[in-house]
Amino acid sequence: MYEKTAEHFSLKQKKLPEGHLLVNLGPSHPSTHGILQNVIQLDGERVVDAESVIGYVHRSFEKLGERYTYNQFLVCTDRMNYVSTPLNNIGWILAVEKMLEIEVPDKVTYVRMIVSELSRVMDHIICNGILGVDLGAFSGMLHLFHHRENIYQVLEKLTGARLTTTFCRIGGLEKDIYPEFEKDVKTIIKGLRPAIEEFQSLLVNNRIFIDRTEGVGGISAEDAISYGYSGPNLRAAGVPWDIRKDDPYMFYDKVDFDIPVGEDGSVLHRTLVRMEEMRQSLRIVEQLINGLPSGAHHADMPHIYLPDKSKVYKNMEELIYHFKLIMHGIKVPKGEYYMATEAANGELGFYIVSEGEKSPWRVHVRRPCFWFYQSFPELVKGSLLADTVATMSSMNVIAGELDC
Amino acid sequence: MKETIQSFLKDKFSHFISKEEEILTNLPTFFLKPEGIVPVLSALKTAPGIELNYLNDLTAIDWLGKKTPRFEVCYLLRSGNKSSTRVQFRVALEEDEQVPSIISIFKGANWPEREVYDLFGIRFAGHPRMDRLIMPDNFQGHPLRKDYPLEGFGQDYLVEDLLTIHLKEDMEA
Repeated sequence: MYEKTAEHFSLKQKKLPEGHLLVNLGPSHPSTHGILQNVIQLDGERVVDAESVIGYVHRSFEKLGERYTYNQFLVCTDRMNYVSTPLNNIGWILAVEKMLEIEVPDKVTYVRMIVSELSRVMDHIICNGILGVDLGAFSGMLHLFHHRENIYQVLEKLTGARLTTTFCRIGGLEKDIYPEFEKDVKTIIKGLRPAIEEFQSLLVNNRIFIDRTEGVGGISAEDAISYGYSGPNLRAAGVPWDIRKDDPYMFYDKVDFDIPVGEDGSVLHRTLVRMEEMRQSLRIVEQLINGLPSGAHHADMPHIYLPDKSKVYKNMEELIYHFKLIMHGIKVPKGEYYMATEAANGELGFYIVSEGEKSPWRVHVRRPCFWFYQSFPELVKGSLLADTVATMSSMNVIAGELDC
Repeated sequence: MKETIQSFLKDKFSHFISKEEEILTNLPTFFLKPEGIVPVLSALKTAPGIELNYLNDLTAIDWLGKKTPRFEVCYLLRSGNKSSTRVQFRVALEEDEQVPSIISIFKGANWPEREVYDLFGIRFAGHPRMDRLIMPDNFQGHPLRKDYPLEGFGQDYLVEDLLTIHLKEDMEA
């Protein structure tokens, strides 16, 4: 039966040697985060060959982008990396805003950055927590999940949604922050700091965890660059690249933070880099929340940002703007733009080709998972079956991001 | 950066430059002939002072009805961590033309090239495995082409195919 399924893939060409076994890990397997399949050829417990099959959650985002208006596509971007949705949102918004040459008020950027960094923490909590679960340590994840829930509650209060927040709008935020926002974020930081240390001592410093992960699934810096790695996985291999530092967008050049770097790109180092990144993110959030400016939550641009509803019912001017925005969308001037942001998994790039119409001529998403996951077969060749699970888990592959 | 690459290309690879067109973009863009993509990219990867050693992105654009030739394959490269040094190279192609694969230069070009083939139907010569990546193997057409209908060609045959495959498996088991 396995051979039958594997027939669709290249492994079918080879006649399996005596004693070898083909195993389908997935399409829906507890250790695959989302729907993706790994066909693994085993000799005993050792992996001889592997192949990844993606496409199970392909939703044609790029085709939709050519059809929808710039504001409508915003909703789609949420569905890419469903563990840290605001980061995708903000990537798209920044690209469109750069094309339109919009300046947003400082407060908007501050709130966007706070939400970005909190999302990054959320994403890393999932990655490191679930890595523990895949290796058989359940309590670590539960430990941090409480704090992840706190972040979700702030997002819920802020946007009205938990998972698909669609928090930003072109030219501002969906709505103003709520009065206790500052207090809530400070409470999160206060609770998360000791929890991260506790998680570190409970799981990451655990002898069994270190034995399972040290030197497993490693990649050299040279190979990582050749494969187009980015984000924590690249930094774990010893390459200190971070777009937040190298090409600062928003106010990342004004805040103080360090970039953690690993050594051999193994599962352990990926975990450690993510642990340290969580601490650094909290550092950024703390600096921002202490200096949160007051002011409007959107730029004063009625032809781009939807006017206030109460005014729409009373004034002709606002009614016209509202109608134009809803019916005709925003017309972005002709040109092309590539905007890269540092998402939780690495470089998330939006490439927009506009012909001056209400929807882009071509949208392309450079998603980090897609680039680093193609090296998976090479990483696991020669290791044990149990190590493939650890490797996959620590790469933080999000199927929604893989198959845009 | 743009001037350095421009003079480098003019000096050594002037026969590979296909046209000089100014586009409104934040990326310095160079148009190359299909046969020039491998020598130019491998030379730029190690050229002192340029060192475009990171393949940032690889995609294509379908200009149906706007430009000829119809397709453009876009290679986005950058030099190390200097994110601001992104440079785009483009190869314009007719519908049945092929472009050489750059896997020999960047290992990471494997999936993106297959994705471009899957969604646009542009073939990469020399790619070890020019199969569909995202769509099912029996899928008809290339969805990101502008003349591919939004609702598809009709999915009936597809569902039927998938059903029969599974039915047969079940029956044999």
